[in-house]
Amino acid sequence: MSHAFLGAALVIAQLLLVLGMACALLRMLRGPRAQDRVLALDAFYVNAMLLLLAVGLRSDSVLYVESAMIIALLGFAGTLAFAKFLLRGEVIE
Amino acid sequence: MSLVDALPPWAAVLVGVLVLLGAGFACVGSLGLLRLRDFYQRVHAPTLGSTLGTFFMVAACVAGFSLAQGRPALQVLLIGVFLTLTTPITLMLLVRAALYRDRVEDGQQMPPPAPPGESSQNPMP
Amino acid sequence: MRRWLPHPLMAGFLLLVWLLLQRSLAPGSWLLGGALALGLAWAFGKLQPPRARLRGAWRLLPLALRVVHDIVRSNLAVAGVVLGPRRRARAGFVAIPLELADPYGLALLACIVTSTPGTIWVDHDPARGILLIHVLDLVDEASWVETIKRRYERPLLEVFQ
Repeated sequence: MSHAFLGAALVIAQLLLVLGMACALLRMLRGPRAQDRVLALDAFYVNAMLLLLAVGLRSDSVLYVESAMIIALLGFAGTLAFAKFLLRGEVIE
Repeated sequence: MSLVDALPPWAAVLVGVLVLLGAGFACVGSLGLLRLRDFYQRVHAPTLGSTLGTFFMVAACVAGFSLAQGRPALQVLLIGVFLTLTTPITLMLLVRAALYRDRVEDGQQMPPPAPPGESSQNPMP
Repeated sequence: MRRWLPHPLMAGFLLLVWLLLQRSLAPGSWLLGGALALGLAWAFGKLQPPRARLRGAWRLLPLALRVVHDIVRSNLAVAGVVLGPRRRARAGFVAIPLELADPYGLALLACIVTSTPGTIWVDHDPARGILLIHVLDLVDEASWVETIKRRYERPLLEVFQ
Protein backbone atom coordinates (compact mmCIF):
# COMPACT_ATOMS: atom_id res chain seq x y z
CA MET A 1 0.00 0.00 0.00
CA SER A 2 2.61 2.52 1.08
CA HIS A 3 4.86 1.41 -1.73
CA ALA A 4 2.11 2.03 -4.23
CA PHE A 5 1.76 5.49 -2.68
CA LEU A 6 5.48 6.20 -3.17
CA GLY A 7 5.32 4.99 -6.77
CA ALA A 8 2.33 7.21 -7.50
CA ALA A 9 3.94 10.15 -5.65
CA LEU A 10 7.05 9.87 -7.81
CA VAL A 11 5.01 9.82 -11.01
CA ILE A 12 2.91 12.81 -9.89
CA ALA A 13 6.03 14.70 -8.83
CA GLN A 14 7.60 14.13 -12.23
CA LEU A 15 4.44 15.37 -13.94
CA LEU A 16 4.41 18.48 -11.72
CA LEU A 17 8.04 19.22 -12.50
CA VAL A 18 7.46 18.76 -16.23
CA LEU A 19 4.51 21.15 -15.91
CA GLY A 20 6.84 23.63 -14.18
CA MET A 21 9.36 23.25 -17.00
CA ALA A 22 6.57 23.84 -19.53
CA CYS A 23 5.58 27.08 -17.72
CA ALA A 24 9.18 28.26 -17.76
CA LEU A 25 9.50 27.33 -21.44
CA LEU A 26 6.36 29.27 -22.28
CA ARG A 27 7.65 32.33 -20.44
CA MET A 28 10.96 31.92 -22.26
CA LEU A 29 9.17 31.99 -25.62
CA ARG A 30 6.76 34.78 -24.72
CA GLY A 31 9.33 37.13 -23.23
CA PRO A 32 8.48 39.98 -23.52
CA ARG A 33 11.93 41.25 -22.55
CA ALA A 34 15.31 39.59 -22.44
CA GLN A 35 15.43 39.55 -18.62
CA ASP A 36 12.17 37.58 -18.54
CA ARG A 37 13.69 34.97 -20.79
CA VAL A 38 16.85 34.63 -18.71
CA LEU A 39 14.78 34.34 -15.53
CA ALA A 40 12.68 31.63 -17.18
CA LEU A 41 15.83 29.79 -18.24
CA ASP A 42 17.01 29.84 -14.63
CA ALA A 43 13.71 28.40 -13.39
CA PHE A 44 13.81 25.85 -16.22
CA TYR A 45 17.12 24.37 -15.19
CA VAL A 46 16.22 24.28 -11.49
CA ASN A 47 13.10 22.31 -12.39
CA ALA A 48 15.11 20.03 -14.67
CA MET A 49 17.55 19.38 -11.84
CA LEU A 50 14.73 18.47 -9.44
CA LEU A 51 13.27 16.22 -12.14
CA LEU A 52 16.59 14.39 -12.38
CA LEU A 53 16.53 13.83 -8.60
CA ALA A 54 13.01 12.39 -8.86
CA VAL A 55 14.07 10.12 -11.73
CA GLY A 56 17.07 9.05 -9.69
CA LEU A 57 14.85 8.10 -6.75
CA ARG A 58 12.56 6.15 -9.03
CA SER A 59 15.32 4.16 -10.69
CA ASP A 60 17.48 3.82 -7.55
CA SER A 61 20.60 5.27 -9.12
CA VAL A 62 22.89 7.80 -7.46
CA LEU A 63 24.31 8.63 -10.88
CA TYR A 64 21.35 10.93 -11.51
CA VAL A 65 22.34 12.90 -8.42
CA GLU A 66 25.75 13.55 -9.90
CA SER A 67 24.28 14.83 -13.14
CA ALA A 68 21.83 17.00 -11.18
CA MET A 69 24.82 18.53 -9.42
CA ILE A 70 26.49 19.29 -12.74
CA ILE A 71 23.29 20.91 -14.05
CA ALA A 72 23.06 23.03 -10.91
CA LEU A 73 26.60 24.34 -11.33
CA LEU A 74 26.56 24.83 -15.10
CA GLY A 75 23.13 26.44 -15.00
CA PHE A 76 24.39 28.92 -12.44
CA ALA A 77 27.37 29.83 -14.60
CA GLY A 78 25.14 30.15 -17.67
CA THR A 79 22.55 32.39 -16.03
CA LEU A 80 25.28 34.50 -14.50
CA ALA A 81 26.87 35.02 -17.92
CA PHE A 82 23.51 35.99 -19.44
CA ALA A 83 22.76 38.43 -16.62
CA LYS A 84 26.21 39.96 -16.94
CA PHE A 85 25.66 40.29 -20.68
CA LEU A 86 22.35 42.06 -20.10
CA LEU A 87 24.02 44.37 -17.64
CA ARG A 88 26.64 45.66 -20.05
CA GLY A 89 26.23 43.79 -23.31
CA GLU A 90 24.15 45.78 -25.71
CA VAL A 91 24.15 49.32 -24.41
CA ILE A 92 26.97 51.50 -25.61
CA GLU A 93 29.05 52.82 -22.76
CA MET B 1 14.61 -4.80 -6.71
CA SER B 2 14.05 -1.09 -6.95
CA LEU B 3 14.44 1.57 -4.33
CA VAL B 4 10.68 1.83 -3.95
CA ASP B 5 10.40 -1.79 -2.80
CA ALA B 6 13.52 -1.72 -0.64
CA LEU B 7 12.15 0.93 1.71
CA PRO B 8 10.23 0.05 4.86
CA PRO B 9 6.59 1.18 4.64
CA TRP B 10 6.89 4.21 6.94
CA ALA B 11 9.92 5.44 4.97
CA ALA B 12 8.07 4.99 1.68
CA VAL B 13 5.29 7.26 2.93
CA LEU B 14 7.79 9.81 4.26
CA VAL B 15 9.77 9.93 0.99
CA GLY B 16 6.56 10.13 -1.03
CA VAL B 17 5.27 13.10 0.97
CA LEU B 18 8.64 14.90 0.72
CA VAL B 19 8.81 14.34 -3.04
CA LEU B 20 5.28 15.65 -3.53
CA LEU B 21 5.95 18.75 -1.41
CA GLY B 22 9.18 19.52 -3.25
CA ALA B 23 7.69 19.12 -6.70
CA GLY B 24 4.61 21.08 -5.63
CA PHE B 25 6.57 24.11 -4.48
CA ALA B 26 8.75 24.05 -7.60
CA CYS B 27 5.69 23.80 -9.82
CA VAL B 28 3.88 26.68 -8.08
CA GLY B 29 7.02 28.77 -8.44
CA SER B 30 7.18 28.15 -12.18
CA LEU B 31 3.45 28.80 -12.47
CA GLY B 32 4.15 32.19 -10.93
CA LEU B 33 6.38 32.95 -13.91
CA LEU B 34 3.26 32.79 -16.07
CA ARG B 35 0.70 34.31 -13.73
CA LEU B 36 2.45 37.37 -12.29
CA ARG B 37 2.25 40.56 -14.25
CA ASP B 38 5.64 42.19 -14.76
CA PHE B 39 9.28 41.26 -14.48
CA TYR B 40 9.84 42.64 -10.99
CA GLN B 41 6.97 40.53 -9.67
CA ARG B 42 7.97 37.44 -11.62
CA VAL B 43 11.49 37.53 -10.24
CA HIS B 44 10.11 36.45 -6.85
CA ALA B 45 8.44 33.30 -8.15
CA PRO B 46 11.31 30.89 -8.97
CA THR B 47 12.74 31.39 -5.48
CA LEU B 48 10.06 28.96 -4.30
CA GLY B 49 11.61 26.18 -6.35
CA SER B 50 15.14 26.94 -5.26
CA THR B 51 14.39 27.21 -1.53
CA LEU B 52 11.66 24.91 -0.21
CA GLY B 53 11.26 22.97 -3.47
CA THR B 54 14.91 21.99 -3.44
CA PHE B 55 14.92 21.47 0.32
CA PHE B 56 12.11 18.90 0.26
CA MET B 57 13.49 17.14 -2.80
CA VAL B 58 16.98 16.91 -1.30
CA ALA B 59 15.51 15.66 1.98
CA ALA B 60 13.57 13.00 0.05
CA CYS B 61 16.75 11.89 -1.75
CA VAL B 62 18.84 11.75 1.43
CA ALA B 63 16.15 9.75 3.25
CA GLY B 64 15.37 7.49 0.29
CA PHE B 65 18.91 6.61 -0.81
CA SER B 66 20.26 6.29 2.75
CA LEU B 67 17.48 3.99 3.96
CA ALA B 68 17.38 1.89 0.79
CA GLN B 69 21.11 1.40 0.39
CA GLY B 70 21.94 1.14 4.07
CA ARG B 71 24.66 3.79 4.01
CA PRO B 72 24.36 7.56 4.23
CA ALA B 73 23.91 9.33 0.89
CA LEU B 74 24.87 12.80 2.02
CA GLN B 75 26.31 14.04 -1.26
CA VAL B 76 22.80 15.14 -2.25
CA LEU B 77 23.11 17.81 0.45
CA LEU B 78 25.80 19.46 -1.68
CA ILE B 79 23.16 20.31 -4.29
CA GLY B 80 21.25 22.19 -1.61
CA VAL B 81 24.39 24.02 -0.49
CA PHE B 82 25.36 25.00 -4.04
CA LEU B 83 21.87 26.19 -4.87
CA THR B 84 21.50 28.24 -1.68
CA LEU B 85 24.82 29.92 -2.42
CA THR B 86 24.22 30.56 -6.10
CA THR B 87 20.54 31.50 -6.45
CA PRO B 88 20.78 34.85 -4.61
CA ILE B 89 23.75 35.87 -6.74
CA THR B 90 21.93 35.04 -9.98
CA LEU B 91 18.72 36.80 -9.01
CA MET B 92 20.49 39.90 -7.69
CA LEU B 93 22.52 40.28 -10.86
CA LEU B 94 19.43 39.72 -13.00
CA VAL B 95 17.41 42.36 -11.15
CA ARG B 96 20.27 44.81 -11.40
CA ALA B 97 20.52 44.13 -15.13
CA ALA B 98 16.77 44.67 -15.53
CA LEU B 99 16.87 47.90 -13.54
CA TYR B 100 19.84 49.12 -15.54
CA ARG B 101 18.08 48.40 -18.83
CA ASP B 102 14.87 50.05 -17.67
CA ARG B 103 16.69 53.16 -16.52
CA VAL B 104 18.72 53.42 -19.71
CA GLU B 105 16.08 52.52 -22.28
CA ASP B 106 12.82 54.16 -21.48
CA GLY B 107 12.33 54.76 -17.79
CA GLN B 108 8.80 53.26 -17.87
CA GLN B 109 8.40 51.23 -14.61
CA MET B 110 9.14 54.18 -12.27
CA PRO B 111 12.88 53.68 -11.85
CA PRO B 112 13.41 54.27 -8.15
CA PRO B 113 15.64 57.04 -6.80
CA ALA B 114 18.70 56.74 -8.98
CA PRO B 115 21.93 56.98 -7.03
CA PRO B 116 24.10 59.83 -8.22
CA GLY B 117 26.52 58.64 -10.88
CA GLU B 118 27.88 55.13 -10.75
CA SER B 119 28.43 55.00 -7.02
CA SER B 120 26.54 51.74 -6.50
CA GLN B 121 28.44 48.52 -6.49
CA ASN B 122 27.84 44.87 -5.94
CA PRO B 123 28.19 43.92 -2.27
CA MET B 124 29.22 40.35 -3.08
CA PRO B 125 32.97 40.08 -2.49
CA MET C 1 49.99 27.66 11.56
CA ARG C 2 48.77 30.74 9.73
CA ARG C 3 51.51 30.24 7.20
CA TRP C 4 50.47 26.72 6.20
CA LEU C 5 46.76 27.08 6.78
CA PRO C 6 45.81 30.67 6.02
CA HIS C 7 42.08 29.99 5.68
CA PRO C 8 41.14 27.12 8.00
CA LEU C 9 37.36 27.46 7.48
CA MET C 10 37.76 27.43 3.70
CA ALA C 11 40.06 24.39 3.82
CA GLY C 12 37.71 22.55 6.15
CA PHE C 13 34.75 23.24 3.89
CA LEU C 14 36.63 22.00 0.82
CA LEU C 15 37.69 18.82 2.63
CA LEU C 16 34.08 18.22 3.67
CA VAL C 17 32.88 18.68 0.07
CA TRP C 18 35.50 16.22 -1.15
CA LEU C 19 34.58 13.58 1.41
CA LEU C 20 30.87 13.98 0.62
CA LEU C 21 31.49 13.64 -3.11
CA GLN C 22 33.66 10.55 -2.60
CA ARG C 23 31.14 9.03 -0.17
CA SER C 24 33.96 7.41 1.76
CA LEU C 25 36.09 8.01 4.83
CA ALA C 26 38.98 5.85 3.61
CA PRO C 27 42.52 7.14 4.32
CA GLY C 28 43.06 7.79 0.61
CA SER C 29 40.08 10.16 0.47
CA TRP C 30 41.33 12.05 3.53
CA LEU C 31 44.82 12.33 2.04
CA LEU C 32 43.79 13.53 -1.42
CA GLY C 33 41.03 15.75 -0.04
CA GLY C 34 43.37 17.25 2.52
CA ALA C 35 45.99 18.01 -0.12
CA LEU C 36 43.37 19.59 -2.38
CA ALA C 37 41.89 21.61 0.48
CA LEU C 38 45.31 22.96 1.52
CA GLY C 39 46.27 23.82 -2.05
CA LEU C 40 42.98 25.48 -2.93
CA ALA C 41 42.81 27.39 0.36
CA TRP C 42 46.32 28.67 -0.34
CA ALA C 43 45.28 29.71 -3.86
CA PHE C 44 42.22 31.41 -2.35
CA GLY C 45 44.51 33.39 -0.07
CA LYS C 46 46.45 34.58 -3.10
CA LEU C 47 43.28 36.35 -4.27
CA GLN C 48 43.70 38.55 -1.18
CA PRO C 49 40.10 38.59 0.01
CA PRO C 50 39.39 41.23 2.68
CA ARG C 51 39.66 39.71 6.16
CA ALA C 52 36.39 39.06 7.93
CA ARG C 53 36.18 40.27 11.52
CA LEU C 54 33.73 38.05 13.34
CA ARG C 55 32.84 38.77 16.93
CA GLY C 56 30.59 36.30 18.69
CA ALA C 57 29.75 34.14 15.70
CA TRP C 58 27.33 32.13 17.87
CA ARG C 59 24.87 34.99 17.43
CA LEU C 60 24.46 33.85 13.83
CA LEU C 61 22.71 30.69 15.05
CA PRO C 62 19.47 32.32 16.25
CA LEU C 63 19.60 34.48 13.13
CA ALA C 64 19.79 31.33 10.97
CA LEU C 65 16.77 29.83 12.74
CA ARG C 66 14.88 33.07 12.25
CA VAL C 67 15.78 33.11 8.54
CA VAL C 68 14.61 29.50 8.07
CA HIS C 69 11.34 30.39 9.77
CA ASP C 70 10.90 33.45 7.54
CA ILE C 71 11.73 31.47 4.39
CA VAL C 72 9.06 28.88 5.16
CA ARG C 73 6.49 31.55 6.00
CA SER C 74 7.14 33.64 2.91
CA ASN C 75 7.19 30.55 0.68
CA LEU C 76 3.61 29.96 1.73
CA ALA C 77 2.78 33.65 1.30
CA VAL C 78 4.19 33.80 -2.24
CA ALA C 79 2.47 30.53 -3.14
CA GLY C 80 -0.76 32.18 -1.98
CA VAL C 81 -0.12 35.20 -4.17
CA VAL C 82 0.61 33.00 -7.20
CA LEU C 83 -2.37 30.69 -6.74
CA GLY C 84 -4.79 33.30 -5.45
CA PRO C 85 -7.08 35.41 -7.61
CA ARG C 86 -5.41 37.95 -9.85
CA ARG C 87 -5.53 41.25 -8.09
CA ARG C 88 -4.18 44.73 -8.35
CA ALA C 89 -0.39 44.76 -8.13
CA ARG C 90 0.92 45.81 -4.75
CA ALA C 91 4.57 45.19 -5.52
CA GLY C 92 7.01 48.02 -5.09
CA PHE C 93 10.47 49.22 -4.16
CA VAL C 94 11.48 50.11 -0.61
CA ALA C 95 14.52 52.18 0.31
CA ILE C 96 16.09 51.28 3.65
CA PRO C 97 18.86 53.27 5.37
CA LEU C 98 21.47 50.80 6.67
CA GLU C 99 24.16 51.21 9.30
CA LEU C 100 25.88 47.96 8.30
CA ALA C 101 28.94 48.62 6.14
CA ASP C 102 31.10 45.50 6.44
CA PRO C 103 31.26 43.75 3.03
CA TYR C 104 30.75 40.27 4.52
CA GLY C 105 27.83 41.44 6.62
CA LEU C 106 26.27 43.06 3.57
CA ALA C 107 26.85 39.91 1.50
CA LEU C 108 25.12 37.83 4.17
CA LEU C 109 22.23 40.28 4.37
CA ALA C 110 21.93 40.19 0.58
CA CYS C 111 21.72 36.40 0.62
CA ILE C 112 19.12 36.47 3.41
CA VAL C 113 16.93 39.07 1.71
CA THR C 114 17.14 37.41 -1.70
CA SER C 115 16.67 33.81 -0.56
CA THR C 116 13.47 34.81 1.18
CA PRO C 117 10.77 34.59 -1.48
CA GLY C 118 8.86 37.83 -1.82
CA THR C 119 11.79 40.15 -1.19
CA ILE C 120 14.80 40.72 -3.40
CA TRP C 121 17.93 42.81 -2.98
CA VAL C 122 18.19 45.33 -5.80
CA ASP C 123 20.86 47.87 -5.07
CA HIS C 124 23.06 49.16 -2.28
CA ASP C 125 24.64 52.57 -2.30
CA PRO C 126 27.73 52.32 -0.09
CA ALA C 127 28.30 56.08 -0.09
CA ARG C 128 24.94 56.90 1.48
CA GLY C 129 24.28 53.47 3.02
CA ILE C 130 20.91 53.12 1.37
CA LEU C 131 19.61 49.70 0.44
CA LEU C 132 16.96 49.26 -2.22
CA ILE C 133 14.81 46.13 -2.11
CA HIS C 134 11.81 45.03 -4.10
CA VAL C 135 8.84 43.53 -2.25
CA LEU C 136 6.16 41.42 -3.90
CA ASP C 137 3.39 42.02 -1.39
CA LEU C 138 3.97 45.57 -0.22
CA VAL C 139 1.36 46.65 2.29
CA ASP C 140 3.20 49.00 4.58
CA GLU C 141 6.56 50.44 3.63
CA ALA C 142 7.56 51.50 7.15
CA SER C 143 6.95 48.04 8.58
CA TRP C 144 9.33 46.52 6.00
CA VAL C 145 12.06 48.99 6.90
CA GLU C 146 11.50 48.15 10.56
CA THR C 147 11.48 44.38 9.87
CA ILE C 148 14.73 44.34 7.92
CA LYS C 149 16.50 46.59 10.37
CA ARG C 150 15.36 44.87 13.55
CA ARG C 151 15.21 41.23 12.49
CA TYR C 152 18.30 41.01 10.30
CA GLU C 153 20.51 44.07 10.52
CA ARG C 154 20.85 44.25 14.30
CA PRO C 155 22.33 40.75 14.81
CA LEU C 156 24.59 41.24 11.77
CA LEU C 157 25.80 44.54 13.18
CA GLU C 158 26.70 42.86 16.48
CA VAL C 159 28.68 40.14 14.72
CA PHE C 160 30.44 42.07 11.98
CA GLN C 161 31.17 45.47 13.47
